[in-house]
Amino acid sequence: MLGFILRRAAITLPTFLALMFITFMLIRLVPGDPIEVRRGERGISPERLEMLRHEMGLDQPVWRQFLDYVWNILHGDFGTSIISHEKVVTEFLTLFPATIELSLAAMLLAVVLGIPAGVIAAVRRGTPYDQALMGAALTGYSMPIFWWGLLLIMFFSGYLGWTPVSGRIDLIKYYFEPVTGFMLIDSLLSDQEGAFLDALRHLILPAIVLGTIPLAVIARMTRSSMLEVLEEDYVRTARAKGLSPFRVIGIHALRNALIPVVTTIGLQITTLMAGAVLTETIFSWPGVGNWLIESISRRDYPALQGGILLISGIVIFLNLLIDMLYSIINPRIRHAR
Amino acid sequence: MKAVRLLAAALLGTTMLAAGPAMAKSLVYCSEGSPENFNPQINTTGTSFDAARGIYNQLVEFERGTVNVIPGLAEKYSVSDDGKTITFNLRKGVKFHSSKNFKPTRDFNADDVLFSFNRQWKPDHPYHKVSGGAYDYFNDMSMPDLLESIEKKDDYTVVFKLKEPNAPIIANLAMDFATIMSAEYADAMLKAGTPEKVDQEPIGTGPFQLVNYQKDAVIRYKAFPEYWGGKAKIDDLVFAITKEPAARLAKLKANECQVMIAPNPADLTAIKADPQLNLLEQAGLNVGYLSMNFTKPPFDKKEVRQAVNMAINKADIMKEVYQGAGQPAKNPIPPTIWSYSEATKDYDYNPDKAKEMLKAAGVENLETDLWWMPVSRPYNPNAKRMAEMMQSDLAKVGINAKLVSYEWGEYRKRLQAGEHQLGLLGWTGDNGDPDNFFFLLGCSADGKPNAQNIAKWCSKEFNDGLVKARTLSDKEQRTAIYENMQKIFKEEAPWFTIAHSTVFEPIRKEVVDYKVSPLGRHEFYGVDVK
Repeated sequence: MLGFILRRAAITLPTFLALMFITFMLIRLVPGDPIEVRRGERGISPERLEMLRHEMGLDQPVWRQFLDYVWNILHGDFGTSIISHEKVVTEFLTLFPATIELSLAAMLLAVVLGIPAGVIAAVRRGTPYDQALMGAALTGYSMPIFWWGLLLIMFFSGYLGWTPVSGRIDLIKYYFEPVTGFMLIDSLLSDQEGAFLDALRHLILPAIVLGTIPLAVIARMTRSSMLEVLEEDYVRTARAKGLSPFRVIGIHALRNALIPVVTTIGLQITTLMAGAVLTETIFSWPGVGNWLIESISRRDYPALQGGILLISGIVIFLNLLIDMLYSIINPRIRHAR
Repeated sequence: MKAVRLLAAALLGTTMLAAGPAMAKSLVYCSEGSPENFNPQINTTGTSFDAARGIYNQLVEFERGTVNVIPGLAEKYSVSDDGKTITFNLRKGVKFHSSKNFKPTRDFNADDVLFSFNRQWKPDHPYHKVSGGAYDYFNDMSMPDLLESIEKKDDYTVVFKLKEPNAPIIANLAMDFATIMSAEYADAMLKAGTPEKVDQEPIGTGPFQLVNYQKDAVIRYKAFPEYWGGKAKIDDLVFAITKEPAARLAKLKANECQVMIAPNPADLTAIKADPQLNLLEQAGLNVGYLSMNFTKPPFDKKEVRQAVNMAINKADIMKEVYQGAGQPAKNPIPPTIWSYSEATKDYDYNPDKAKEMLKAAGVENLETDLWWMPVSRPYNPNAKRMAEMMQSDLAKVGINAKLVSYEWGEYRKRLQAGEHQLGLLGWTGDNGDPDNFFFLLGCSADGKPNAQNIAKWCSKEFNDGLVKARTLSDKEQRTAIYENMQKIFKEEAPWFTIAHSTVFEPIRKEVVDYKVSPLGRHEFYGVDVK
């Protein structure tokens, strides 16, 4: 097991280096540096531009800037935002809990609804149940997140008035300082009556929007995997033994069908991160997706580089974790490579 | 099914709770983004200025909803006869806010004024380098070139000495960069080794004090009970940071906020029809224009520039691009600014005459470029569409224009370098002084166009007027000069003046006394909720 983990970890190292290089270069390829971008119609005199560039170290050759950057990262320094002058890590840690909270809620929703939906569709293969569920899954999978989010806001918040439009909590009724950054936990810690339910109400729509695509993917994957397993001899044997349908499907078939589903769930983490950028924008959710978009438009190099590197690090780590989990469920792959 | 019903019941329950009575008077403003920090001396965006505005005061200020300069922390000021000395008499008994890190021991006085300006001005000031200290506005408004000295005469008198007389400086001092901060707080934070706290945990004299800021989520303020102008009518002011305009409107409709910034133009009709909302509007302090580059023939010929003015159908642009949310521009300054010349006669749309004039000037089948900016600006919501319309109008008089665009930063840089022939741009005023618009056509003493003068057009008479008017403090004399400059401008036609756009702000009916600022500010002192 340890050998397997080490092997997997070793593969991630070049990924990291490549990531550092790509994020560093990409943002610099976009025209306009942080100083020019914040200037309005007034523009800036060449002398002043030179002076400010020098102060920010932007007049150094790019390779020099890159080496400095790598050196600092190796020393655990992700830099300071050009805009807010806060440490990038501090900003990231302030905002990241909101993204995790939203992503976990979305994933929970996707798993809790997606797996049963896939199982039902597989067991009732070819029936209207199957067609309806898979039709819905295909629609969900093709849904443009931005449009879907606005539609839900208009219907549930605007027309029905059931859910709040955006944000994480009612700003007038509840006020408490963040402790963990997770609103559900902080609202419980605050001891303010109704705060937890209010936070939950704020979480529902964004979680649905972000969870829609993973939900559809998981449902489809579960269905096809289940169909395959249901054909297996051991399932037929279990049926022949006279086991209840619940035991046959729930224990004998589903457990084996879940192996590819777990991998799919792992792969959805990147989908969640990408989707979070849009979802956070629509719902004014103060997470890292929102922050990265802003950093791009302001050419906040350190924030963007640091932010992407931190997120990628987390995604890589989670994938490693999923691999390990997978190797526990399916010991064969430990020896495969 | 039961679970679904339970969940629905729980949701409904909380919705009803949410509708309960509010205790203190609060107002939620749906703003569009997070501030860079809370010091307007180093910030550059309207979002950041709005977030800090309630916290601070300036020596002189803009009357809410106007560009009129009124007394602020200075009760009054006087300008010497030679126009080079301005004496400010400071208000007494003005209190600073306090926080968990700082309790003020004294009232506002001249030391605070000196600190606030010297930090931006003097490179050796201990605070000059704090928080990246670029002081863009202080430099942009040419303060280092204007100031000779700032001296404290006594605790409540400050004297500004200028290198040359400059009337617009008073309007400059009402701008956000001229915010007055606490010298005592700055000293305390410097001693504590945390000078950047001054910019992040603000202490000001303004009507609202900062309670809490959570990046990308919310800014909370409470009314400062000891405010020198009297306590604000609302107790709690909340900025709900909501980047998406459609989400802002949905929040406004759901009463999750009561005032919002920047609606989508497409939503204006629906907002007008909503009985719960008021759509406020105000002529914006801006101008959109098409500049014709004097250094690129044949645009050095006055007749060609005039012909372009006659070839483009402005009325169509107003309808198509502004969709009624603007008024056609004939002068380089908007009508909300004093000295605006009503007498100016705009060029009529007359393609036949334009064709004749081009022919007379010896210009036929002219190939040119036409630059459009890649972003929506307050003065020009859709430059691409506008450029296409202009292109088709110009084609009708035999001018073949190729459309060009670059990334926004690059675009401005290249326009300033004068690479274009025809280029769209515009300007939003900083302080309501006419000089703040006319300088866009300014030139140096030796007749070279300034960087912002993208028409690269220099007229001695026009430029002499610009320079002379700065030295005069008499408004009537300045007006006469500016009116003459508008006459020269129209005759010489370095720009095709397009429009002054209208600013819209939807608010809920419960909000009383909210005023739309021509300067694009969002101010809540004096606002009430029913």
